[in-house]
Amino acid sequence: MITPLINIDSCKGCGLCISFCPKDALGFSHEINARGVHYAESVNPENCTGCGICYNMCPDAVIEIVEKEAVKAGV
Amino acid sequence: MEKRVLITGNEAIGAGAIAAGCDCYFGYPITPQNELTAYMSRWMPAEGRTFVQAESEISAINMVYGASATGARAMTSSSSPGISLKQEGISYLAGSELPAVIANVQRGGPGLGNIEPAQGDYFQAVKGGGHGDYHVIVLAPASVQEMYDLTMLAFDLADRWRNPALVLADGRLGQMMEPLIPHKRSRKRNLPPKDWALTGAKNREKRVVKSFYPAIGELEDYNKHLTSKYRNIQRRETRAEEYFTEDAEVVLVAFGTVARLCREVVRKARKKGLPVGLLRPITLWPFPAMHFEKLAFRAKAFLVVEMNAGQMVEDVRLATSCRLPVSFYGRMGGGVPEIAEIYRRTRKLLMSVSIKAAS
Amino acid sequence: MGKVHQFKRPKTLLEVDSHYCAGCGHGILHRIMAELIDELDLRSRIVGIAPVGCAVLAYNYLDIDMSEAAHGRVPSVATGIKRSHPELLVFGYQGDGDLASIGTAEIIHAANRGENYTTIFVNNCVYGMTGGQMAPTTLPGQRTATSPLGRDTATMGAPVRVCEMLNTLENPFLLVRTALDGPAGVRTTKKWIREALLGQGADRGFSLIEVLSPCPTYWRMTPEQSIEHIKTTVKKYYPTGVFRHAEKEGEGCLSA
Repeated sequence: MITPLINIDSCKGCGLCISFCPKDALGFSHEINARGVHYAESVNPENCTGCGICYNMCPDAVIEIVEKEAVKAGV
Repeated sequence: MEKRVLITGNEAIGAGAIAAGCDCYFGYPITPQNELTAYMSRWMPAEGRTFVQAESEISAINMVYGASATGARAMTSSSSPGISLKQEGISYLAGSELPAVIANVQRGGPGLGNIEPAQGDYFQAVKGGGHGDYHVIVLAPASVQEMYDLTMLAFDLADRWRNPALVLADGRLGQMMEPLIPHKRSRKRNLPPKDWALTGAKNREKRVVKSFYPAIGELEDYNKHLTSKYRNIQRRETRAEEYFTEDAEVVLVAFGTVARLCREVVRKARKKGLPVGLLRPITLWPFPAMHFEKLAFRAKAFLVVEMNAGQMVEDVRLATSCRLPVSFYGRMGGGVPEIAEIYRRTRKLLMSVSIKAAS
Repeated sequence: MGKVHQFKRPKTLLEVDSHYCAGCGHGILHRIMAELIDELDLRSRIVGIAPVGCAVLAYNYLDIDMSEAAHGRVPSVATGIKRSHPELLVFGYQGDGDLASIGTAEIIHAANRGENYTTIFVNNCVYGMTGGQMAPTTLPGQRTATSPLGRDTATMGAPVRVCEMLNTLENPFLLVRTALDGPAGVRTTKKWIREALLGQGADRGFSLIEVLSPCPTYWRMTPEQSIEHIKTTVKKYYPTGVFRHAEKEGEGCLSA
């Protein structure tokens, strides 16, 4: 299963990935990261189609789209 | 018999630059150095080098920055008002430790001034001109041959020290014609490799050419590095010419065109048995202070002659620690001192110090 | 299921957190440049020039040789680099102050001489680095630090349209305005920067890609609102499109 992988502490919380995701797969976390902002996270990972729009809109390249199995393996 | 060419001083700068392997020349027209831009526009392309007439002197100095950043030997030239425009760029070159050669064929100022020869940019050249703590190496030719030789030297010094070097001439030197003996000198003369140049990051770490150090403490450390470099240049690169100074009681001090006139004054005086000599700084920065320190023990007075309101005279006073009287005679706004007038003042000074000595 | 695209951070984009604001267009553009450098394998033969402005530290984010330039003088520095090393690909990266204010003469004359390098012109209608002052590209009525009551075109001039202005010159081969107004705009921007670099490799001459970019901080908007603002308002003043795309003359030589 494909899913966005987000570098939590590098996320600036701009929200562009969230607003442009066509599948509502992303949302703001209730937690804050080391920067003190609510970072973006997968809220509906099963919706992700791997379209790459979140990656394209991210000004900080903190999102990568990966195979879920690869995530499980700790890659 | 060596080959001799009758040529203007401005063109001799160009010929020296080409002989030194200048890769790029970026210029803009301004009197009285247009013979140089015209010469370069003809001969740089003929030698397979780059010539660009930029849209302004500001653009030209920044083209020099770019070319130099890639390791090329790059040069620009102008005259006083145009050199004022280049000051930010020169500060950037020094701050980025980039070699470059700048030629200033001085004219009367301030402001638009006139197109007659002058030496009013001494302060600008030697004391900074641009912002921040930096120096450019300043060379002062006094003949067409030196316009050629010192331009070649400027390229070597700029590369050796990773610093801009300025050839400080004036409109008379630029436009007069004298025989020049051209000679080829090897470009690579114990010069350090340019392992900082931007050539594309092939199989190596990336390089950055910059002068911006915003992190706390970084810029101060960097400035310490620069000032240490300038101290080394001061120790190793001063040049001056002494003419009949061994037993001189009055020593004339002059650079460039005025030095030529003073040489004639010394010849006249010596014919009459008067103990007069000439100390001609060739590097204005680093200033040949040691020569003055030595002479201050032998001579009785200095007479500094310049085509300005009194600029180098301040450095002479500093170099002699005001131990001796340092007089000044200057012409401003494009005026050129006359030999007879310099001679008259020299005699007057000589008489006054002899009377002092006698009493 | 078919093959899934995996979007990875480009290698040329260094693993450094940038100083740019959340939602700033510079971040997207730096990533695009890094992607292109990776895809076209340009690291060993490209030199970039950073401006004075928010992107002054661009050289800390891209793993390539880069130079700084005095404010406005990127086109002259580019001329110096490219003329002395024509085998290098050179790009200048400038904001509205650098290119359209202090550097107006330099960009016009580099374009006019047809200097063979690529300019990325980041137009966000304001001076970011110095605190949000009016730029030549600020929109009429827009409030900034130096137009607190809104830009009054009668006394402060009207916005300057760079692509249109450069389009009066003979030599440029590519003049395009794009907008970071959504994923399509981001992809279009990347496409034209690629075109520009390929054209430079084929010695086609001067290219400039003007990119309408968001500045949430000084537009006083959220990042999402600023993208919308580009779509609804900025684009009306600066229409996107291809102003100049000279006929192809030969193959690109980037693969050489």
